[in-house]
Parts: sequence; structure tokens; C-alpha cells
Amino acid sequence: MKEQLIQRYSAPERINHWIVAVCFILLAISGLAFFYPAFFWLTGVFGTPQLARIIHPFVGVVMFLAFLRQFFRYYHHNFIDAEDVKWMKAVGTVMKGGEVGDTGRYNGGQKGMFWLMSGCMALLLLSGIVAWRPYFAASFPIPLIRVALLVHASSALALIAGIIVHVYAALWVKGTIRAMVEGVVTHAWARKHHPRWYREMTGNKR
Amino acid sequence: MALQSLDILRRSATPTATPQVRNTVEVAKLIDVTTCIGCKACQVACSEWNELRAEVGTNIGVYDNPVDLSDQAWTVMRFNEVEENGKLEWLIRKDGCMHCADPGCLKACPSPGAIIQYKNGIVDFHEENCIGCGYCVSGCPFNVPRISKQDNKAYKCSLCSDRVAVGQEPACVKTCPTGAIQFGSKEDMKEVAATRITDLKKRGYDNAGLYDPAGVGGTHVMYVLHHADKAPLYSGLPQDPAISATVSLWKGLLKPVATLGIAAAGLFGFFHYITVGPNRADDEHAEDEKETVK
Ligand code: HEM
Ligand code: SF4
Ligand code: SF4
Repeated sequence: MKEQLIQRYSAPERINHWIVAVCFILLAISGLAFFYPAFFWLTGVFGTPQLARIIHPFVGVVMFLAFLRQFFRYYHHNFIDAEDVKWMKAVGTVMKGGEVGDTGRYNGGQKGMFWLMSGCMALLLLSGIVAWRPYFAASFPIPLIRVALLVHASSALALIAGIIVHVYAALWVKGTIRAMVEGVVTHAWARKHHPRWYREMTGNKR
Repeated sequence: MALQSLDILRRSATPTATPQVRNTVEVAKLIDVTTCIGCKACQVACSEWNELRAEVGTNIGVYDNPVDLSDQAWTVMRFNEVEENGKLEWLIRKDGCMHCADPGCLKACPSPGAIIQYKNGIVDFHEENCIGCGYCVSGCPFNVPRISKQDNKAYKCSLCSDRVAVGQEPACVKTCPTGAIQFGSKEDMKEVAATRITDLKKRGYDNAGLYDPAGVGGTHVMYVLHHADKAPLYSGLPQDPAISATVSLWKGLLKPVATLGIAAAGLFGFFHYITVGPNRADDEHAEDEKETVK
């Protein structure tokens, strides 16, 4: 029997996603190297420590612009509604593999993650620019740079922890990676995890 | 510059211990602001010894020239005119790195071995390891390190660690014509200062005192001030300098919190997967089951 599939992400959307993902990995590797002395050797991924330091902010800007495109693609799918609140309150059931609420295109967890990522990205860009040498930092007062470094490291670490959850969720819910690699999901996947979206996409009653 | 003839007490971004067994004497440079005549011989000596040439500046109406510290000017004289006790006073302070016992620059630096604190108290930048991030600038409570536009590396006074390593005093000390700058063990310098302060007090400077601020663990460059209670009179010398709370939070509490957060996310995922197991929807069997249940 032929698999029944629904298109979830177009090719441009997938390319956009993976640009952000690759930039994020590079930023996390170099950033963690600056944050944790014991991981400083990770700067070797970029050739020399100096290169890692120089490259990091430029990759950051690329990632921010690519994420901005994603933000405008998806923000209107991510307004939190009553079904999402139900989902968030019953997150324990979800963890056990159960489904909660009449979930649309994204569930409460995904929406929360979307806003966490958006907030962190904005903070990272702003604080990153304030700390960016040799181009911008010299124009800011030192106390502001101190705050920027604290904000940058804090939001980076919040984002990294968030992305670990994001990646794990994709690995845990089988069939999800395919949505971002091939662009499609099965009917069964959609019906189980995003029933309202499934009905919208197929016109089926259930 | 790397000089292994001096024992290392601490290295930036290096959590493990350095060799500690040799008992090195702590040194200090004592700058007697009350004796300084502002001739700038020390500035010249510094530039000579360290082969630095600051750009010829312009007169900005006061004697300060160069106007500020830079990668090419590791010490500058700062001149300030104030009225104290009904008299005009010309306060001249030789500014530069204080060689803190608890150096904010070293605490902030992310690059292993870019900042070194020797056991004798000298804090030295090893530019070959510097990545040019400028964290030391944020870490320093005295606004001392400067990032060079030429090579994007951080520079500041080395207390002539190369000279001290071979038993000589720093170039500025050697040159000072009035003896306002002295160099020796920190203990001896405190004694010299105490004698001078007693003298100053006799002459009516009731608040004369030694500037060796405890907030940064004491310094290895100390000042004798006529008005130790009013340090900011000396061109903005901080009264109670300490590493900023923001920097302490960033380099302190944030690390364990971040480690816990990241580790918790990773471990949760791993144990969740091996206990609850994957969440499958796409095998037909499961779908049939669902249909019969409904
Ligand atoms: C949005 C654009 C970004 C800009 C402009 C930016 C800029 C910077 C700058 C200028 C620094 C100081 C070191 C250097 O000069 O390279 C830095 C450090 C750092 N960045 Fe970014 N960054 C950005 C995004 C990110 C992202 C997405 C992450 C996380 C994955 C991240 C994680 C870090 C970390 C952990 C540090 C070290 C902070 C510390 O030493 O405490 N950055 N960033
Ligand atoms: S600029 Fe150089 S010395 Fe200063 S904190 Fe960064 S790596 Fe360390
Ligand atoms: S004065 Fe600044 S640069 Fe010098 S040792 Fe103290 S913190 Fe470091």
C-alpha cells in the first residue's frame, strides 16, 4: 500500500531551517569555547582561537537574518490558544507518549520554543553587537559591555538548552525529522500529533 | 611576553593549578604622588624600554599628553587642579596597570595563558595567546587594558616583568629624577610609604595615606596620596575599586547554573528515550488500533 503523505515544509523552508541550524552549531561550538575554559580547544574547529573569535559574530549575523526569515514565516502559527494551554498543563501525559488537546500545526511546546528562540535571538544579536570588537564595542561604555556579555552568555546558554530539547523532541517523535529533511509527514503522524492541522490539510473529518 | 624565569601563580582560563612550591617575594611599585613633579620622565622611559611610540598628539589645554592610555602608551601622567583646604593643589597621578592581587582582567579573559599573574604579583599579558575579544577591558576596574588597532591584541604595563626577572627595577623607577617611584618587596614599600605618610601628616595632610585597595585584594602598584579619603580627586582614581558585580556573576554563578541547565536537558532526553521509548505514529498497526478504540 502506498504511503499517504502531507507536505509540511517546502524546499525553501527546509534550506532556511538548515542554514539556521548549521550556523547555530558553529556559534554554540565557538561560544562554549569562550565560556568554558575547559572547552577552549573547541576553537580549533575554526583553525585558530583568533579565527574562532573573529568568525563567531559574522556567523551570528547570518544566523540572525536567516532566523528572521523563519520568524516571519511562522509567527502567525505560533499564537498560543486554549488548546495549547491545555497541552502545557498536561505536559506529563505528553511525555508518556499520550496526546492532549486538539493540536493544530504546532503544539504548546513547539509554540513556547518558538518564542523562547525568538527572544534569545534578539537578545543575542543586540548584546553581541555591543560586545563586538573591533567594530562596535569601542563605541559603548564599559558598564554596558559588561551587561551585554552577561546577557549574551545567559541567553546563549538558555538557547542551547532549548535547542537540546528541540532536537530531542524531533528524535523522540518518529517521523518528525522527515518533515525537515524530505518536507513530508505521513497521515498517521499528522493525525496523531496535529489532529486539527490534519483535518485542515486533508478535509477529512477525523 | 613569555618569560619563564618568573614563577606563575595564575593563568587566565586555566582551572587547574600552576607549580606553586617556590616561595617568591611579592614585589610592589610605590608611586609617591606627593613627590611627583609631573616631568613625564617615566612616560619616556617606558616608551624607550618597551619600544613604544605613541603618536605625537595635540595640546588639549592641559598637560596630559598622550591624553589617554593606549597600546603605545602603557603609562600616562594625569593632571588635575583642585582646591583643598583653601589652597590650589596640582595633583599629578601616574596612571597605568595597578597589578591587582585579584585581577579582573585575568578573571574575565577566556584565552588560556593570555593573561598571567606571576607569583611576585606582576600581572602580564602574553599577546601571542590573546584573541582580541576585549573581555579584559570589561573585567578591569581601573580601565587599563587597550586593544591595539594594529593587531587586535590587548596591551598594558607589564611592570617591566622582563627587567624584574633579571633583578632590575622597572624602567620608570630607574628614571624618576625625584625618587617619587620606588620599587622593592611589597613589605618594604609599605614601610617606605608609612614613613612618608607620617611625614605628610605632620605637615598638615591629616588624610594622607596609602592606596592599596582591599577590594581587589591589594595592588602591586601603590600610591601615597595626600588625600587618601578622596581618591577620585586624582583624575578619577576609584575610592573602593572591586571587580564589577556583573562580571562576577558572568564569570561566577552563571557557569554552574549553565552547566546544570545544559546537563539536565541532555540527561533528561537520554533517560526519557531509554525508559519511555520513541513516540511512533506511522506504522499502520498502531493506526488500526487507534481506529478500533475510537
Ligand atoms: C546573533 C548574532 C550574534 C552575535 C553578533 C554574536 C557576537 C558575539 C561576540 C562579539 C562575542 C564575543 C567573542 C567574539 O568577539 O567573538 C560572543 C561570544 C559568545 N557568543 Fe555570540 N553572537 C551571536 C550569536 C550567538 C549565538 C546564537 C550563540 C549560542 C549558540 C552565541 C553564543 C556565544 C557565547 C556562549 C559566547 C561567549 C560568552 C562568554 O564568553 O561568556 N552567540 N558573541
Ligand atoms: S583581549 Fe586578549 S587578553 Fe583581553 S580578555 Fe581577550 S584574550 Fe584575554
Ligand atoms: S589594573 Fe586592570 S589590567 Fe591591571 S591587573 Fe588590575 S584588572 Fe588587570
